[in-house]
This record gives sequence, C-alpha cells and structure tokens, in this order.
Amino acid sequence: MDFSALDPLALIVSLIVAATPLVLAAIGELVVEKAGVLNLGVEGMMIIGAVTGFIAGVGTASPVLGFLFAALCGAGVALIFGVLTQVLRSNQVATGLALTLFGLGLAALLGQGYAGIKPPSTERLDLPGLSDLPVIGPLLFSFDWMVYAALLLVAAVWVFLNRTRAGLVLRAVGENHDAAHALGYKVVRIRLIAIAFGGACAGLGGAYLSLVRVPQWSEGMTAGIGWIALAIVVFAAWKPARVILGAWLFGGVTILQLNLQALGVPIPTAYLSMTPYLVTILVLVIMSADRTRAALNAPASLGRVFQPTN
Amino acid sequence: MKFLKPLAAAAALGLIAPTAVADGHDPLKVGFIYVGPVGDYGWSYQHDQGRLAVEEAFGDKVETTFVESVPEGDSERVIRQMAQSGHDLIFTTSFGYMTPTVRVAQQFPDVKFEHATGYQRSDNVSTYSGKFYEGRWVQGLIAGNMTESDTIGYIASYPIPEVIRGINASYLAAKSVNPDIQFKIVWVYTWFDPGKEADAANTLIEQGADIILQHTDSPAAMTIAEEQGIYAFGQASDMKEFGPNARLSSIIDNWNPYYVARVQAVMDGTWESEDTWGGIDSGMTEIGGFSDKIPFEVRKLAMDATVAIASGRFEPFTGPINKQDGSAWLADGEVADIGTLLGMDFYVEGIEGDIPQ
Repeated sequence: MDFSALDPLALIVSLIVAATPLVLAAIGELVVEKAGVLNLGVEGMMIIGAVTGFIAGVGTASPVLGFLFAALCGAGVALIFGVLTQVLRSNQVATGLALTLFGLGLAALLGQGYAGIKPPSTERLDLPGLSDLPVIGPLLFSFDWMVYAALLLVAAVWVFLNRTRAGLVLRAVGENHDAAHALGYKVVRIRLIAIAFGGACAGLGGAYLSLVRVPQWSEGMTAGIGWIALAIVVFAAWKPARVILGAWLFGGVTILQLNLQALGVPIPTAYLSMTPYLVTILVLVIMSADRTRAALNAPASLGRVFQPTN
Repeated sequence: MKFLKPLAAAAALGLIAPTAVADGHDPLKVGFIYVGPVGDYGWSYQHDQGRLAVEEAFGDKVETTFVESVPEGDSERVIRQMAQSGHDLIFTTSFGYMTPTVRVAQQFPDVKFEHATGYQRSDNVSTYSGKFYEGRWVQGLIAGNMTESDTIGYIASYPIPEVIRGINASYLAAKSVNPDIQFKIVWVYTWFDPGKEADAANTLIEQGADIILQHTDSPAAMTIAEEQGIYAFGQASDMKEFGPNARLSSIIDNWNPYYVARVQAVMDGTWESEDTWGGIDSGMTEIGGFSDKIPFEVRKLAMDATVAIASGRFEPFTGPINKQDGSAWLADGEVADIGTLLGMDFYVEGIEGDIPQ
C-alpha cells in the first residue's frame, strides 16, 4: 500500500475546516442546554444561516457581513422557538423538530435564484514569514479567519461559563430553574438570550458551509450535520473544550475515511462512518454508569418546562 | 380543484371505483417522488424539469404533484400515500425506490407506476433509465487525454450496477487513450450531501487528481474544482454555472420527451409495462457542450465517439475486456449483453481497489 500520497498535514488541515461548522453549532447548543433548554432545531437554524449568510455575502460582496447576517437570522428563528417554548410553554422536543422542518422549507424558499452563484471568498490568514513556515505555517497560520473565530468563541464560552457571574447564573438556571427563580433571576429572559446565542452560532455554522466549505448554496445542503452537532454536545459532556475534540473526531473520521478510500485501503467505510456515534453511545454509557459524575454533567433542568410559581 | 379532494378521499376508501377518477373529464393526476430537493441542480432537478414539461405539454388535462427529499428507506409510505390520493401515474425516481414501488403497485393495480433506474417490473410497473455509461465513455476519453497527473478522481455514491458501470466505462475509455491512467475512487454513501461531496473532491485533489468525475447529485464537486483550478464534468444536469472554467462537458439526463410520451400513453389507454433504456441516440442521455478548454483534436475525438455511439456503430463495452481479477469477460469484438450490464458488480481489469460490499 502506498501511503506516500497521504499527507498527514493536509489531512489535519482539511479535518479542521470540515469540523468548523460543527464546532460553531455545537458550542451554541451547549450554552442553550446549559441554560436548561433542549433545542432540537439546530439543523433548521443552520440551514437558515447557510442561506441568509449566502444571500448577504453575495449581495454585499463581503463574507463578514454575510456571517453577521447569518448570525442575526439564526438568532431570529431561534427566538421563534424561544417564544413558543419559554413564553407559551410548548413542548421543547416537538417545537425543536418543527423548527428544523420550518428552517429547511424557509431556506429553500429564500434560496430560490441563488443557485450557481459564487460567494465572495473568505480571507485566509496570511502572515508573511509565519504562514510560510514548514508544518507550523499551514497548521497554525493559514486558515480562513472563521476557523480562529470559532476556536476563540469556544474559549470565550468556557470563560463565560466558568469564570463569570453571569455564567454562573446561566448554569444555575439550567440546573434548577425553580431555585434560580426564587433567587430573583429572570429564568425566561436568561433562557431566551441563551437560545438566541445558540441560534446565532448555528447560523454561523451554516454560513461557514455555504460561504467557505462547499462554497455554494444548494437546498438541504446541511444534510444532517445539525444532528451531529447535537450528538457532539452530549459527547462533550457539556464541556466547551471537549466540543472541539468531538467536532474534530466527527470531522476527522469523515476526512480520514475519504482519504483511506482514495488511497485504496480496503476498509469497510460503513464502520468508520458509525465510529463517532458509537463513541457517543460509549461516552453516554460511561457517564451514566457513574451517577455522581452524570449528575455533575447534564444540566438537571434540561428540557423541563419552567412554570413560575411566584 | 377543491372538489377533487373528497372524490380522491372517497376513491381511497374504496367507495367509488377508481375508473371514475380517470373518466376523461378530470385531469390526469401524475405524481413524482424525488430522492433529493428539486433545487439540487442535478438528478432531482432534471426529473422536475420533466414534470414541468408534462405540465406544459398537457396544460389543464394534467395535474402534477411531487414529493422531494424522500429517503429511500422510507419511501414506501410516500408512494402508498400518493397511490391512495388518486394519482393515475406515479414516477419514482431513485434506484432505492424499486422494491417499495413494486410492493405498492401490487396493491394498486389500477395505478400505473414508472420506476427510474431499476430492473423489477410488473403489469403496472415500467422501468426506465438512461444509458449514462455511454456518456461516461465520452467523459473518459476527454479526461484521459487532458489529465496531467494521470490521476482521475471519481466520487461514487452507492455500489450499485449503474454506478459501477459508469466507473468501468469511463476507465476503459481513459485507458484507451492514456495507458498510465489511474482512477482514485471514493464511495460517499449518499446521493446528496454537498458538504461530504465537497470533502471528497478536496481529498481526491489533495491526492493528486486533476480531473473529477462524480456520480452524486449536487454540484459541490464542480464548485470545488472551479475553486482549485482543476476540471470536472457536470452530472445529471449541465452545471455550467457552477464551474464556468472547470466544466469540460456533462451528462444531461433529459427525461422530458419520455415523461410526456408516458403521460400521453395513459391518456390514450395505450400504456403498457415496458423497459426503456435510452442512450445518446434517444436523447435521454445527452452530452453537454464541450468546453473550449479541450484541445481541438480531443474535442473531435469525443464528438466522433458520441456520434459513433449514437448511430450504434460503437458500443463502449466491446471486448477484449478482462475483469479486475484478470479473468476474461468479453472476447475480442464481443459486445456485453444487457443482463450483465444491468447487474454489473465487478471492476474491469486495471482499476485498483475493491467494490465495497
């Protein structure tokens, strides 16, 4: 077997790019779930982000404005979910699924007439000297700026959740909304903000797909990665840093199996494709085997409807 | 047409004979089921163009409906729903709809079914497909001549005969003009997933491919080829707008005349179960215009091959051809029989790697 065609560096670089939409969507959903809300509409919010980001990016010829608009629209549709589940107290699972279906349909409608158009290209980091270094150059200093933004966002979420008072309040709402309410925190308002943030992140993830990774608009182009983002949150045990790990694992397996196939390695690709899901199940089993740790990880009020008792 | 709804519901409940639905006064109801979104600008898009051609041809005399993005594994429900709601003719347009179509057809003997790319027929199930491999041969000739790295990347969907036929035909053609040619084949196990198709294209390019052939439904690979400055071919649809520089040619599935003819046959009462396999000659498999990036001699070669295939003077699978394991398949001058082509489950000699099980 000739492995010389397999460039590990190129492999890592493309897996990081492939994983970026997952990182973005999953870190948003993590914050939502930390606030005690289960939003299964990630796929729908992503596709809305993909189409609106594309439309704005093409319209203004600026990928930055494209991403901003995608985040705005992602937050917008997420707030529909927010109002329905938090104010009108509808079932979160059903509403989240409806959001996905709604998003796919609306995106198809909005995207009509946008096929076959080339989006403006997103700038890559190009530091004279640094980007030309062997190994380190392509590995650290040659991505488009959105890749760095995604990683910074994860770091920011970690700091927010673990090192700030607001983060503590958000976690308290997710752990025990009645107690947080009794302490005078506005549970519904905090959750709405978290939901909007989650939508914005999913929107960014979707826009990354249509503006950078593919780059084109086609209907249904998210093709299920919103669901993978949901799995990653569980895989990550609601820890921000592990979201990156999970996204790289999921993205890496896809890239690796494509590379191995192109090399002609006779591997059963079906097995490789299911690996991340198997790992997720395994992580769930390990987590639930240790009751004390499981209790520490999953937000206790996750998915529960909040009824203020005054 | 609101009044039709109770009528259809009544028909579904068996309260009235289904013949009442097609008594000549009501429009003929024609349904289409697609595996991808109609906006995929590939496979499903072309089928929907066929649906629009039917509407244009018959106007008020037909009523068409479609359901898009129907997963193959969950298609029976959708097909049955369509049959129950009073459709007279139903087109199911993906290979994986085969068994569900035949099963539903048994329960609705008065409804006519048309299944694309399959091989199971019954009294009320016809099958139809394009001889896409004829177009693959032409692509192989162009790719074999134009590659500089002697490496062609091939994005394959599922290991079914139609896809394998395409790989073999393009490989044999490329090999005939370039003995050093090498095919790198990646199976993505999806018809439509632009992200994954783009990843596959990038992977193949990283591993040295400078021309991409695809058997998936979205123009993602074409977009990547354009971005990376290499070449690709439009699949199912022309895809020129996705790769103005990258696109060398394309295989266009033109279902329009067939769909119009079949609807006409149902209206005339002459519809019969049959098998149609339309090649370049019938126009069902169309070769998209050649890019002027292709040198004149190569363009001429491709054009000659197209004409030879269309006129029946040349058949892509003509011996001597060995199977991958070296055993003889076709003797010198022998032409493959249709049964072997339809059930093709082996690579020809020279292709590396195994077909996934």
